[in-house]
Amino acid sequence: MSPEVKPDFLISPEGLRVDGRRPDEMRPIELKVGVLKQANGSASIRQGKTYIIAGVYGPRELHPRHLTLNDRAYLRVEYRMATFSVPDRKRPAPSRREKEISMVIANALKPALFLEEFPKAVVDVFIQVIQADGGTRCAAINAASLALADAGIPMKSLVPAVAVGKAEGKLIVDLGDEEDKYGQGDVPMAIMPQTEEITLLQQDGSFTREELLEAMQMGINSCKYLHELQKEALRRAYVKKAPENGDDDEDDDDDEFDDDLETDLGEAELMEDE
Amino acid sequence: MAVYFQKREVVVPGQLLAEGRYRASFGTYDEGGKIFSSLVGLAELRGNTVKVVALEGVYIPKEGDLVVGTITLVAGNNWKVDIGGPYGASLHANNALRRPYSDDISEYMDIGDVIAAEVIAFDRGSGPFLGMKGRGLRVLREGMILHVSPAKIPRIIGRRGSMINMIKDHLNIQTMVGQNGRIWIRAPSTDILRLAIKAFRTIETQAHTSKLTDRISEMLAEEMSEIKSSSEPNEEIEPEEVSVPEEVTEVEETTTDEAIVAESEPEPEPEPETEPEAVTEAEDEEPAEVEVEAEETVEEDKQKEEVTKE
Repeated sequence: MSPEVKPDFLISPEGLRVDGRRPDEMRPIELKVGVLKQANGSASIRQGKTYIIAGVYGPRELHPRHLTLNDRAYLRVEYRMATFSVPDRKRPAPSRREKEISMVIANALKPALFLEEFPKAVVDVFIQVIQADGGTRCAAINAASLALADAGIPMKSLVPAVAVGKAEGKLIVDLGDEEDKYGQGDVPMAIMPQTEEITLLQQDGSFTREELLEAMQMGINSCKYLHELQKEALRRAYVKKAPENGDDDEDDDDDEFDDDLETDLGEAELMEDE
Repeated sequence: MAVYFQKREVVVPGQLLAEGRYRASFGTYDEGGKIFSSLVGLAELRGNTVKVVALEGVYIPKEGDLVVGTITLVAGNNWKVDIGGPYGASLHANNALRRPYSDDISEYMDIGDVIAAEVIAFDRGSGPFLGMKGRGLRVLREGMILHVSPAKIPRIIGRRGSMINMIKDHLNIQTMVGQNGRIWIRAPSTDILRLAIKAFRTIETQAHTSKLTDRISEMLAEEMSEIKSSSEPNEEIEPEEVSVPEEVTEVEETTTDEAIVAESEPEPEPEPETEPEAVTEAEDEEPAEVEVEAEETVEEDKQKEEVTKE
């Protein structure tokens, strides 16, 4: 990366952003599920130049033991940035910022997970930022949520996340690095799309009440779009694993499924009456 | 009242599956009368119960499961057993041996021994407890352990044991398929062992494809004839007749289903008085009852076996 310079403008006279996006346009996003072999579940996300890999291990036995929760699994999230992920070398020791973001991500994911199904165990989520270009905590949540689903952890819903910010008085969605650094504010948020419950909402910079409400609405819309991408990525990964899955509606001779399987409503109702 | 998925559709967490008078079961949750998926998996409707068959996941013990585990510790009257997954199991001597037994229970089973056992109790308060009083539950000597994804085990067993019995018929091996994703295999030769592993691995990777039993059967038949022709004269006899140590039959029998026995009766039945019912049965079956019935006789056998071994 070339030495950093402040861009002359964040919003061009035509109303476009530094990288040519419209205010409510997200960067191109590429999601992949099942990228790691050793992990129980994994996913990667490319969001503009940001590139993050998330791996999930567990539920497994919790060490050290004193962290054990008797009624649910412990969710341990570790967000780390690679030394080469930022223009200046990032020192490898876990920084204060990384620890905070780890906690923030854990809190954003927790409401969506049925952790009470695995008392005393631990679910480990490791997030590695390979390249950082703004919006890493939100991208990390997107990837971690997919990795958790890939690991077979039961959850209410996937959790999409996006950052909404303000630059030169205009609200913009999915901040890039410059917009983050030189903009006027940043509101990262994560939601559970079905219910629109907000699981993460942070803010830096100052927003008026109206601005914040509008920013949240923009965020929710973008999250819903992201949620579609997540669902599609997850399906893609599993349908690929099951190539013949689509064409076997006819043959019921399969072992895993009993013959008395019916999708027919009428029959289902009959059964109920018994 | 509506169902929003195709039969065996790949569903994702949070996907709306059904609405109205349906019952949420494994892999789903109910919120305000609507049923959503909580897993990535294949959605299924049975009666009015909606269920998602998981495609991934670690082993979570369930009462009545047959598991294959390794003893990791002998502590007083307990054995600690590694059965995979987040929970370590314990096996109390009272649930494995017939009294009176020696104070030092490591005489019977020691660290490193591999056992087939049943999960007799498991709740959120206390870790899983195992029992070995049931047909075919014993120390597994020799052979090897193959690890597969626990989510794929129902497929490896097949409906009413069809897949596993087919494999046994073809290869004439001893196996124990634990619900925890561990498969004990003892084969008469390395070639056959290799073939057995290949078969299990194929099932694991192609678990959600159809007509798998037929394809595996074909593959095994083909490869078996190759093995037979390459290792000529001493293997002229039918594969079923290849000599296998006596105790074997007992194991095979426990995993044989009534229906299967009726159709093809490849193995001799040394104990016709006990009801043949699958222990490694697919998840819906309940072996528990049978186990109680069979307990008396088998327990004795097991004790004898144990004694002779020492």
